[in-house]
Amino acid sequence: MSDSLFRLSRRGFAAGLALLALGRNARAQGFAGLGRDAGEFAKVEPGRALTFPLDHGAHPEFRIEWWYLTANLQDAAGKAYGVQWTLFRQAMRPGEQPEGWANQQIWMAHAALTSADTHRTAERFARGGVGQAGVTATPFRAWIDNWQMQGGEAMAPATLSPLDVAASGADFSYALRLTAERPLVLQGDSGYSKKSERGQASYYYSQPYFAASGSVTLDGKAVEVKGQAWMDREWSSQPLASDQTGWDWFSLHLETGDKVMLFRLRQSDGANYFAGNWIGTDGKSVQLAPDAIAITPTATTQIGQRQLPTAWRIAIAPRRLAIDTTPLNPQSWMGTSFPYWEGPIAIRGSHAGVGYLEMTGY
Amino acid sequence: MHGKSPLVSLMLSVRALQKSYRSGPDRVSVLRGVDLDVAPGESVALTGESGSGKSTLLHLIAGLDAADAGEVRFGDTLISQLSDAGRAAFRRDHLGLVFQQFNLIPSLSVADNLAFQSRIAGRHDAAWQAELIERLGLGSLLKRYPEQLSGGQQQRVAIGRALAVKPLLLLADEPTGNLDEATADEVMSLSRDLVSRTGCGFLMVTHSARLAAMLDRRVHLHAGLIA
Amino acid sequence: MKRALWILAVLLSHWRRHPMQLATLLVGLISATALWSGVQALNQQARISYDRAASALGGARTATLVGSNGESLPQQIFVELRRAGWPVSPMLEGRIQIGGRSLRLLGVEPLSLPIEASAAPAIGTSGLQGFLSPPGQTLIAPDTLAELKAAAGDTPLTNTGLTLPPLTPQNESVPGLLVVDIGVAQRLLNMPEKISQLLLGQRDLGPRAPLASIAGGETLRLVEPDAETDLERLTDSFHLNLTAFGLLSFLVGLFIVNSAIGLAFEQRRPMLRTLRACGVSALQLNSVLIVELVGLALLAGLIGLVCGYFIAATLLPDVAASLRGLYGAQIPGELTLRPQWWAAGLAISVIGALGAASASLLKAIRLPVLAAAQPYAWQQAQQTALIVQGALALIVFAGGVGCLLLGDSLVAGFAVLAAILLGAALALPAVLGLVLLLSERVARKPLAKWFWADSRMQLSGLSLALMALLLALGVNVGVGTMVQSFSKTFTGWLDGRLAAEVYLNAASDAQAVEIKAWLRDRPEVQAVLPGSRAEAQLGGWPIDLIGFADHATYREQWPLLESSPGAWDLVARGEAALISEQLALRLKLKLGDRVAVPTPQGSWPLEVVAIYADYGNPRGQLGVAIAALVAHFPGIAQTRFGLRVTPAAVPALVTALREKFALDNRSLADQAALKAESRKIFNRTFAVTNALNAFTLGIAGVALLTSLLTLSQSRLPQLAPLWAIGITRRKLAVIELMKTLSVALITALLALPLGLVVAWCLIAVVNVKAFGWRLPFQVFPEQLVQLVGIAMLASLLAALLPILNLLRMQPAQLVKVFADER
Repeated sequence: MSDSLFRLSRRGFAAGLALLALGRNARAQGFAGLGRDAGEFAKVEPGRALTFPLDHGAHPEFRIEWWYLTANLQDAAGKAYGVQWTLFRQAMRPGEQPEGWANQQIWMAHAALTSADTHRTAERFARGGVGQAGVTATPFRAWIDNWQMQGGEAMAPATLSPLDVAASGADFSYALRLTAERPLVLQGDSGYSKKSERGQASYYYSQPYFAASGSVTLDGKAVEVKGQAWMDREWSSQPLASDQTGWDWFSLHLETGDKVMLFRLRQSDGANYFAGNWIGTDGKSVQLAPDAIAITPTATTQIGQRQLPTAWRIAIAPRRLAIDTTPLNPQSWMGTSFPYWEGPIAIRGSHAGVGYLEMTGY
Repeated sequence: MHGKSPLVSLMLSVRALQKSYRSGPDRVSVLRGVDLDVAPGESVALTGESGSGKSTLLHLIAGLDAADAGEVRFGDTLISQLSDAGRAAFRRDHLGLVFQQFNLIPSLSVADNLAFQSRIAGRHDAAWQAELIERLGLGSLLKRYPEQLSGGQQQRVAIGRALAVKPLLLLADEPTGNLDEATADEVMSLSRDLVSRTGCGFLMVTHSARLAAMLDRRVHLHAGLIA
Repeated sequence: MKRALWILAVLLSHWRRHPMQLATLLVGLISATALWSGVQALNQQARISYDRAASALGGARTATLVGSNGESLPQQIFVELRRAGWPVSPMLEGRIQIGGRSLRLLGVEPLSLPIEASAAPAIGTSGLQGFLSPPGQTLIAPDTLAELKAAAGDTPLTNTGLTLPPLTPQNESVPGLLVVDIGVAQRLLNMPEKISQLLLGQRDLGPRAPLASIAGGETLRLVEPDAETDLERLTDSFHLNLTAFGLLSFLVGLFIVNSAIGLAFEQRRPMLRTLRACGVSALQLNSVLIVELVGLALLAGLIGLVCGYFIAATLLPDVAASLRGLYGAQIPGELTLRPQWWAAGLAISVIGALGAASASLLKAIRLPVLAAAQPYAWQQAQQTALIVQGALALIVFAGGVGCLLLGDSLVAGFAVLAAILLGAALALPAVLGLVLLLSERVARKPLAKWFWADSRMQLSGLSLALMALLLALGVNVGVGTMVQSFSKTFTGWLDGRLAAEVYLNAASDAQAVEIKAWLRDRPEVQAVLPGSRAEAQLGGWPIDLIGFADHATYREQWPLLESSPGAWDLVARGEAALISEQLALRLKLKLGDRVAVPTPQGSWPLEVVAIYADYGNPRGQLGVAIAALVAHFPGIAQTRFGLRVTPAAVPALVTALREKFALDNRSLADQAALKAESRKIFNRTFAVTNALNAFTLGIAGVALLTSLLTLSQSRLPQLAPLWAIGITRRKLAVIELMKTLSVALITALLALPLGLVVAWCLIAVVNVKAFGWRLPFQVFPEQLVQLVGIAMLASLLAALLPILNLLRMQPAQLVKVFADER
């Protein structure tokens, strides 16, 4: 009976932590707690200049934060893989975060390895303050248990490169080296990413130009892989409005060399909030006008009791983009304490390419 | 009513019936090839000295015991070839038995004693039961228990119980053996009346010539054979 | 179906005419089921608690990594292991004192806690943050909360002046255990950055580095999860004891059932024949007989279960107190029963009834429709049965002796006990037969000769009931002797161990200093003897170290079982220890052996210089010099002391201390109060045994009554001729009574040596194996006389009803014997 109690409590905790999918019971606070009032936590204001390497590290004065890496990879035979490495931080209380068990931060991490025929996931939790998990800016290092993402002495703060990333679960593991020549990209308006018309926002920057190489291991068999990766960094104290129930988020590597970030925030009244940035081949990040973005589901996949729109049509008229996305594995379900869909996609249409799709709140 | 029974027009026929018992190292032959018929409505007295095999013959006819050889037949039904359960079912549905004593169930009232065989046989007939009570003069005794009855009263109840199923054949083993002469006569005449009223056969073991004379026919058993 | 119902109705009519018989049958079944299931309920209740304690946090159901020398570990090793891929969770365990009560404190880290180890504390959906964020929570069982006289949300102080997080009652929590966040535990136990063990989760988290490659990994030792917990091991003997009594009562109850069913069968024989003659087949009749029996068993079982529930509920406080007193096991005071208990109780009732009725059922199956002609040679059959039983008894005795010589376990001890009891029961009819035969030979007058001969004839009918009486009496004598022996030894021992006149426990070290200063000015206080206590592990067994001052009080009064010369001086120098008898037995230690006790200051070598009795303590104990103890365990509370006071001045001093320092009864007690308390705990320990004993004896009495009732029916044919030759009914009644009483007396006298053998077995075999202490064997004649008296009284009561029946019997009934003998 009671062996599920801590699981339950973890779930409850995740509801507070809550970055991802949506607990039905959490709707009252918008997106699983993300819509909670910032209270005494620091607020996200427009016009703050992001500084590196400082902002690569943790921001304990804000309620939540994440380091989010997705990679589209191929082995020598051309078989496609997707890799996800995510570390979330949540503070239970604002204010000083002392060392030791009195530290009020909780860390959660997800890792996934996807191919056309399987999708493996793992999850970790840790308390802050004792060294089991954390992030330092210099030298850059993010870790939880034996998962890590680290830069070392040679890392350039402006490119966040090179990085070594590794994670493992019971039935998979991976280790990748990420390198990028081009500088970081600020999302939204110079790193200020609005999430609603009512002022909810986050600080948001990315490194979409990573080249990735390394190995992935499935059931004990290691395979050499190469490809491209996209890293997102985001922190906030109240990133969502209380009536926002979930999102559909895209990162697209176009063969033209352009990178596109798009998302749609769904509201409980049925309306949507659209946002996105177009990062041109020159590396310039330009905000897309909400009415320029058209995102429409074209096919759904049944996963358990849920229906998920796993194929989409995306149009950005000013950029002459009209594409269809198809998932590498429609069953890319993250059955973690707090479940959501996250997986690699392929792009066809006016442009070709690969990318990642994340859907929460279904 | 009895015309509806497929067996009613047929009679009891016993053929070449043999039975022996082990007694220590020896076997004692009790019946050595007995033939006997009883027609419907006929009353037959079975007499013989002690040890002549009267009771054994009666028991074999009643299916209380299995014969070594020969047959007991009621119309198409060959009793001697039925299993124990089959013989028990036949006994329950078509035979009435009255012994010298211990006919009644001590813990049942007279009324329940009268009714239990017909109830177990699933052919309880309230009107017939009432008539039996009336004719046997048991009306005032219905709530009593066997231990509160005299011997004659007990045997009247036993006869009533045996006839309540409307048997093909009423089998009685010295039913009046424990009774004084006057009571015995009274019980006998009641039995005869009732037997003729139902039209069933009546086979009674007795050692009394006086009682035997009251029935239609007398068969004498001697040394395991019909004399 | 309808047919079967009519047959059933006919069968049941028997009970309507013989309600007493039905009552005895039901009483037998009810008492058998009630006692058995009552005992089972107690055992189950205890097992549930042990199980909960085991699967709770800090329980033994999860594999752990511990320091190889039993010491605490640096917290950093937890981080190192996690970062090497090990699914470990840190835990810190210790004891704290609140209001004079010592409680186990457990610090956990809920996020890393393995799923399988998290049974007890439910940190609710909204609760994780409440548990982790200041002020945090102290999870506590409602029972324990009530014992502390605290309310939910209270923040009590420990005796060291630290504040607990708000108390949060949780039904799933283990009594006596407080669960807090590990950070809180480190603060409360004053062990910053320390952990006592690492729970190792079962979940495969992927590759992990070998232990040896991790910093500090070489100091760790893996402890595999335990299927059986320490508590289960410790309390096994107690439950085995309970179960043995439950089984005994069950069997005695079945004796009653057996005789009631036997009688009913005999009386229903004509009914069964008539039914068969009227066309009920043997199969039908037997099926309905079994249905009837099962129905009665279910009815009685249900009533028995309800009675069993009440028996268990009545005894539970005593059982709980015994288990706490003896083993430190915490059992909640409220009885919770699982559905399986009800099912098992009904099943045992049905199985018992079928077993007790098997002989009668077999007879019914073989029942010829036609009365058997041969007379039953029962005299001869009885002779054969006696010989067979006697031979069986010899085999069982031989098995018992074998167990005694070869066995070394508690189970072997109980096997010896069982063999003695069973063998004695089996031998009883033969022995009684022999005694009666001798009496018959010796008797001169014809009536006296008849008296003994007839008694002998009655034997087979009575033997089951007499066996029940023998067993009940034997066990009563045995247990009574053991309890008395124990009581006497315990009292003497208590006088030696509680030598100081006043014992007190200050609320804090600061108060202790204050009190000592105050006492210095009191002339009636002759000595202040400080005491202290620390916990450690020795040979995988939890032990207590008790520190005491070098003082004449101990040297002169502490009762030692054996000691080396100069023992006290060696102890005073901190080089040697006194050890408890249990510890010596468990670790096979003898005088002169050396032990190494792990302490925070490293290993402490000690020589064993004396062994002392430590009755009632589940834990091993070492007595050491207090100065040396404090040196090896810095920071242990030094709040306890004993005071030597002029006896006359004790009440005034106690009152003064109580007023001056606000000490409650727990913290301040005079010797007399402590002894009374100890005796109270001791008495409760045996309250259950005594209650079950009484029940068993009562049931044996009922068995005797039913057997006599059964016999009195069938004995009329034997009595009628005597009456006919001119012996009055009154005289017959007296003779019958004398016969019953004389066999009962012989049985009771035979039960005495049996009981003493049982007592010896309990004291010299079972106790040593179960508890680890040996007692001097003593015989208490008054107690034996008393028990024989009780047995005779029970027999008299049981015989009275049939005798009264005989007295009131109408001559006509006796005449009838001649009239309608079959």
